Amino acid sequence: MAEKYELQEVEVWDGNMAAAHAFRQAQIDVVAAYPITPSTPIVQNYSKFLADGYVDGEFVMVESEHSAMSACLAAGAAGGRVATATSSQGFALMVEVLYQASGMRVPVVLHVVNRALASPLNVNGDHSDMYLGRDAGWINLCSFNPQEAYDLTLMAFKIGEDLNVRLPVMVHQDGFISSHTAQNVRPLQDEDAYKFIGDYKEVDPMLDFSRPVTYGAQTEEDWHFEHKAKQHKALMESVSVIDDVFKEFEKLTGRKYNRVEKYMMDDAEVAIVALGTTVESAEVAAKELREKEGIKAGVVGLRVLRPFPLEELKDALKNVKAVACLDRSAPGGTLGMLFNEVSAAMYHSENRPVINNYIYGLGGRDMTIENLKEIFKEAKANADAGKLTTPLQQFSGLRGPKLAFF
Amino acid sequence: MEYVGWDKVTTGTIIESFSEPVENVAYVRPEERPYSPMNSHEASVASWRFIKPVYNRDICIDCQFCWVYCPDTSIISRDKKMIGVDYEHCKGCGICVEVCPTNPKSLLMFDENKPNEEALSEWPEKKKKSKDK
Repeated sequence: MAEKYELQEVEVWDGNMAAAHAFRQAQIDVVAAYPITPSTPIVQNYSKFLADGYVDGEFVMVESEHSAMSACLAAGAAGGRVATATSSQGFALMVEVLYQASGMRVPVVLHVVNRALASPLNVNGDHSDMYLGRDAGWINLCSFNPQEAYDLTLMAFKIGEDLNVRLPVMVHQDGFISSHTAQNVRPLQDEDAYKFIGDYKEVDPMLDFSRPVTYGAQTEEDWHFEHKAKQHKALMESVSVIDDVFKEFEKLTGRKYNRVEKYMMDDAEVAIVALGTTVESAEVAAKELREKEGIKAGVVGLRVLRPFPLEELKDALKNVKAVACLDRSAPGGTLGMLFNEVSAAMYHSENRPVINNYIYGLGGRDMTIENLKEIFKEAKANADAGKLTTPLQQFSGLRGPKLAFF
Repeated sequence: MEYVGWDKVTTGTIIESFSEPVENVAYVRPEERPYSPMNSHEASVASWRFIKPVYNRDICIDCQFCWVYCPDTSIISRDKKMIGVDYEHCKGCGICVEVCPTNPKSLLMFDENKPNEEALSEWPEKKKKSKDK
């Protein structure tokens, strides 16, 4: 039996410590991990909790992230609650197994502390890893600060393990900006957190010897399509469980989560759509612009990247004239992912705002309030003109001659 | 096997081994197990083979080496007595012949199309050890 951890009503935790405590409170059966900056303290703290008797479970030290995810998947298939954490290159190495986990419908929880992908090697935060795994068939929850990293990690278990979902869940937080920045976090007490998540419910466990099952079957052109379609349907339909869990969490804590988060969007004329900590920075910029320059600026942050909240996004942007989509990942020869997805959502809406794309913050480059204000002002010019006044894709915060495409 | 739609396939592409739960399966003989239609036991892979092991009861000493080493559990043995080869699942790898310690061997590879009776009639004589030369 695990020891109870004494917690204050308000703790000063960085995002990594917050995630580690959420893991501890979930009483995971197996954590298999290979630490990597900036997510290292999650599994480091977790292993200490375990060694000190605060967790009744197993910690498996493995030789790579591929093995970490494989061990989690296997332990999940065997019938246990499983989770791990990673970043960047480690995430890239896990990718093969990410698809296996979602295909086998094993609800692994993966806490991703977002970091740039090499080359050049970089340990700081951007969303390259998040974008790399976005089509892996996982539910993707995005936090903007340590409190949310804690809350969403608790909720990730409840969502993924729901019998109507049974899908793996990633929780994202920005490397260093969230993971290493200590802030006030209001945790649940251990018993309340565990009660909220509930006991793990086994589905087709391999350790049921009277009813053995095979995981990892081969299907060719005669069966593969049906299985992948069924998996996609489960991911699409997980929204109702996500919404229910958000509501239940609000009842318990008073903290309200939405699949699309809106800030000052009621009367906004221009909006920034972003992910991660930039959402909060953009809120500061929007507030200042409203107060000092009279620009009706608003911010839309994606809380759930997958399943993509297309209808909610359409609704959030239904009255704006211009939208700036901010992508913190090198776009690899096209427009940024957020631009493409927001444009797809708005193409079939009554309102057809002018939408442009900014690539920013790669490798941890600071996204300043001034940068964000500049983006809002360009959006305002687009709104006033009723058409693009800038190239479709620009780079914000980049040194050298102005770089733009399309 | 029926080609069902996406709404009828198993969650996570799992395959049940048996069509009903089996207690203490290690003590239930294969021929008594309720294998599910999706179990690989129910699929014949005989066509993968172009040479086959033929078993000669007259020479076999029931050492069980072939049973232990067969990678596809295609050696049929009961109460430590060798019975024969499961030709529905044997893929003709020849490992059983390789590990057979008798002289001559009790298992030998023959062309897939040669009848077993004919193969048995061609069985080689006991080889003399080199020191007897």
